[in-house]
Amino acid sequence: MVDPIKVYPAKPSKVYFYGTCLVDMFYPDAGMAGIQLLEREGIEVIYPEDQTCCGQPAYTSGYHDEARAVAKAQLGLFPEDWPIVVPSGSCGGMMRKHYPALFKDTADDVKAAEIAGRIWELTDFLVNVCHIKLDDLGEPTTVAMHTSCSARREMGVAEVGPKLLGQLKNVNLVEQVRAEECCGFGGTFAIRHPEISGAMVSEKVDTLVDTGAKEFVTTDCGCLMNIDGYAEKNHKPVTGQHILSFLWERTNGDGGKRS
Amino acid sequence: MSETAQHSAHHIDVKEFHPRARAAIHNPQIRQNFRKAMDGLMTKRKSAFEGWDLETLRDLGANIRLRALANLPDLLEQLEQKLTENGITVHWATDGDEACEIVRDICLARNAKSVIKGKSMVSEEMELNHYLEEQGIEALESDLGEYIVQLADETPSHIIMPAIHKNTEEISQLLHDKTGTDLSHDVEYLTANARLQLREKFMNADVGVSGVNFAVAETGTLCLVENEGNGRMTTTVPPCHIAVTGIEKVVPNLEDVTALLALLTRSATGQHITTYFNMISGPRKADELDGPEEVHVVLVDNGRSTIYQDDELLDTLRCIRCGACMNHCPVYTRVGGHAYGTTYPGPIGAILMPHMVGLDEGRHLPTASSLCGACGEVCPVKIPIPDLLVRLRQESVDGDTVHPAKVAGHGAKRSTVEAMIWKGWSWMHARPGIYRLGTALGARFRKLQPGKIGGWTQYRTAPKLAAKTLHERMKERSQ
Ligand code: SF4
Repeated sequence: MVDPIKVYPAKPSKVYFYGTCLVDMFYPDAGMAGIQLLEREGIEVIYPEDQTCCGQPAYTSGYHDEARAVAKAQLGLFPEDWPIVVPSGSCGGMMRKHYPALFKDTADDVKAAEIAGRIWELTDFLVNVCHIKLDDLGEPTTVAMHTSCSARREMGVAEVGPKLLGQLKNVNLVEQVRAEECCGFGGTFAIRHPEISGAMVSEKVDTLVDTGAKEFVTTDCGCLMNIDGYAEKNHKPVTGQHILSFLWERTNGDGGKRS
Repeated sequence: MSETAQHSAHHIDVKEFHPRARAAIHNPQIRQNFRKAMDGLMTKRKSAFEGWDLETLRDLGANIRLRALANLPDLLEQLEQKLTENGITVHWATDGDEACEIVRDICLARNAKSVIKGKSMVSEEMELNHYLEEQGIEALESDLGEYIVQLADETPSHIIMPAIHKNTEEISQLLHDKTGTDLSHDVEYLTANARLQLREKFMNADVGVSGVNFAVAETGTLCLVENEGNGRMTTTVPPCHIAVTGIEKVVPNLEDVTALLALLTRSATGQHITTYFNMISGPRKADELDGPEEVHVVLVDNGRSTIYQDDELLDTLRCIRCGACMNHCPVYTRVGGHAYGTTYPGPIGAILMPHMVGLDEGRHLPTASSLCGACGEVCPVKIPIPDLLVRLRQESVDGDTVHPAKVAGHGAKRSTVEAMIWKGWSWMHARPGIYRLGTALGARFRKLQPGKIGGWTQYRTAPKLAAKTLHERMKERSQ
């Protein structure tokens, strides 16, 4: 797929927030953090109540009719022409890069393409549209960052996370070897090929532990679930957090209390 | 148990991917050999492109291949005509068996007893060695890696570096066992020895068989990229040379080759140029001192023209066989080439082999990827490999509605249970009220969540549902 050159919009007064199903069910803190970060930038956040899932799990499993039915239910949720921000490279990638293909030659093709053009990964949006300035109020710490493959390759936002963390004066960001290598999540891949996925995540955790950082942050809940889950089960001395939760906790002035 | 012991050259069951992958994962030697080799190749590729505008070069490569494919039938005709004008005999083969028979007939006509081979993946596709052996014709590999693999009675585990799954110690032992060389870890010594043995074979071989990297339509030239000189020997020393190639390898003119070659060698081994680059334009002429008396080209289809008929799948044929997608694939790096049980392993194998063996046999191939996109990112001709993997996943489970019978074995992976699960999933997620109710109930009763989830909890703890969904929290906030 040829990448259209990204053209960032001017900072808007309102955005749609697309929470994703993993954030909704497993990491709502990350969702709240993302919303509050946007609000602190003076942006009104609209959370369409009828959102469910972008359809990616069925899409990557080859069930495209089923994926389309779910994706179609999302198409009507963003009537105004405000940007749609997503706290996930993977769901963002699905909506931005794959909706046009999924709806090709259907009655919804124009709408899907129009929505795809308004999708932004949230950290990218904070840096390149909001030009956010972060004031670090936390204790000194060392963190590693794992950028998801979809954030890195589909959404092209690998530079953004380190930029955000770099603004935090008490945060020492360290990079693991083979930082660009997949953690082995891959949605249903982890279930279909457990051994291969297990080998991938074990090496990913080893490289994170080797950095000496006790915590890591990531842009995607799938990777977080995978890496953190492996570290927990195997008693590895590293824990993870969604980058948005981390940013909010360090900058909101209530000493890291969750929203 | 040696991982490779089960992968003797013949009768590999493509379907047995899971057990083979599992065995490889738990074989520390294999893991280490691949990790080390792939890390090395990734570093070399990176430095080979330093100072180049890689994206522009990739666009150029992609465009050259796209343009060639757009005119494939015409170019093949032109190629045939030019080759014939140059004195080269052209043969067409619809599949591997037919290609084997053509090679056999050429051998028979010359009363040939021995064949020396340069590296050729298409001949692996045809299982040519095995076939010739059955016909009583000796076929010896002359590429060092292929030679090692042949001595071990295995298949190549990588398309550029066939013996990459073995380390020096293993190779030394093999050469010692099979050819009686000293047990030595001195690569120079081992190479020199193998070369000596092969030299003799070259001198006495009746026929030389090689592959082709690029076939130039305008001039009728066969281009061959190699590092060891065996390609040059194969194509010049024996009195008869047979080149076998897939029909997609044709490019319009010599200028196209320049750009593709720059991309190929840098992507493959990180070399700016290979040691040898052969351009073959015909048999020995009356006033020439060396070269074969006759040259044949076998143009092999083997499923390629079916791929050609589909706009999306067509991109598969852009491939210039550099192997970069394998070198960068986290799955290939963990399981190695033999786990796939296919001629072409890794990402390119996963999108190409289903067309050759059918999705019924190769059903696991498109799923053996986390869709991380590393393959697509490095592919020098920009094949959208992840998209094609998704397309083939769809083909495997499709109930004949979307792409009726485009790919062999279409729909073979469809299971009623899995289809029902996705139907149910779709039903719930297309109904916001039901979704909210379901997820809120899940949050309420999260203590009842299963502690074990198939393969997931084999390696990880189960993900924990939050006490309240984001939907609920946003609802409370607005009240
Ligand atoms: S698919 Fe691309 S990266 Fe893989 S072997 Fe072919 S040309 Fe090389």
